[in-house]
Amino acid sequence: MWQWLYRLGSPKLFYDMTTGFLPWLTIVTYFLLIVGLVWGLGFVPPDYQMGDNFRIAYIHIPMSVGAMGIYAMMACMAAMHMIWNIKLADLVARSCAALGATYCALSLVTGSLWGKPTWGTYWIWDARLTSMLILLFVFIAIMALRSAYDSENSGSKAASVLTLVGVVNLPIIHYSVVWWNTLHQGDSILGVSSQSANPPEVWSPAFFVGLGLIGFFFQALIRRTRNEILLHERRSQWVQQLLTSKQLQE
Amino acid sequence: MHPARKQKLMIVLFILLGSMVTVGLILVAFNEGLNVFFTPTEVAEGKVEAGQNFRIGGMVKMGSVVKEGLEGTDIEFIATDTNKDVSVRYTGVLPDLFREGQGVVADGYLDENGVFQATQILAKHDENYMSAEVKSALDAGERKQAEAAMAAGQTP
Repeated sequence: MWQWLYRLGSPKLFYDMTTGFLPWLTIVTYFLLIVGLVWGLGFVPPDYQMGDNFRIAYIHIPMSVGAMGIYAMMACMAAMHMIWNIKLADLVARSCAALGATYCALSLVTGSLWGKPTWGTYWIWDARLTSMLILLFVFIAIMALRSAYDSENSGSKAASVLTLVGVVNLPIIHYSVVWWNTLHQGDSILGVSSQSANPPEVWSPAFFVGLGLIGFFFQALIRRTRNEILLHERRSQWVQQLLTSKQLQE
Repeated sequence: MHPARKQKLMIVLFILLGSMVTVGLILVAFNEGLNVFFTPTEVAEGKVEAGQNFRIGGMVKMGSVVKEGLEGTDIEFIATDTNKDVSVRYTGVLPDLFREGQGVVADGYLDENGVFQATQILAKHDENYMSAEVKSALDAGERKQAEAAMAAGQTP
């Protein structure tokens, strides 16, 4: 029943499948990012209160959602690694951590730059900001824990457990603005007509940037994972063959 | 499912559930300590000790802002949560988004007269983003609705 999972988890199959797919994904990613950013930063009318400052949201919100999404994916991979002992899942989880930490750090930095002109401060220890900072620390802790072990297997196991424990932070981040008084505003309700708050004209570019950032994450993830696969399978026959064919081409 | 896998699955679920319960209990224990500000109602209920430093959060009451001093930097206004009001006094430069009818968070303490002496004023922004045109169209729509409601109330 679970055979398909093992077959899909074959590093060689993953490597072969992504070779043709990667360039297309990269092109679509940059297209989405350019459309979303040019539209959002250049053409959307300024906000009635914040003027042009609000455009930071076009990077800040997709980055924040992205960081949480990456964590959720990393946790699924950690669970798959623990339950079915799928090596590829662990290689993907390993590649997720640094990317998630980057998204999370950029979310914090952009939010801070927005906070100064809007709130009057770069930082406040409210529930939303603090829980997001903890997410960044968890990402970093997972990377540190993994590399602290001499044995790669023990490192993977420890990192998987910590990843699962950290899942508890995701609902806290999401509901922090509901459960506690925070300086950070609540989640925006997307308007459907152009005569409502947050009209489609305002949020559509964020949607493009969001898809673009998801695409960027996956293309970077695939590249990292491919490198990890080559490194870990370097003694296997198919990698040896790949290397010799590359050398012959040169 | 293979018994060994099933056992691993249980371990994963146990880790998830265990961490949720642990952190959940900690958060419940912290309770209001995690709030970044108190509302005027909570202050009136005596949740803050006299002389203690804390943050107060609410709306700047319409028409309550008074600016005095040579450069208008001696500021007085009323923070409200529509239920209770607290007078706030502050000397300094206000953030750009400080406006009547908008959210505000002030850091400081209550003096013996019940006036909040603020050392820092932060503007709280709501979750609505729109252009000036959309905002004025929305406001016009609301005015129309209010007028229609009043007209309906006058004719029984």
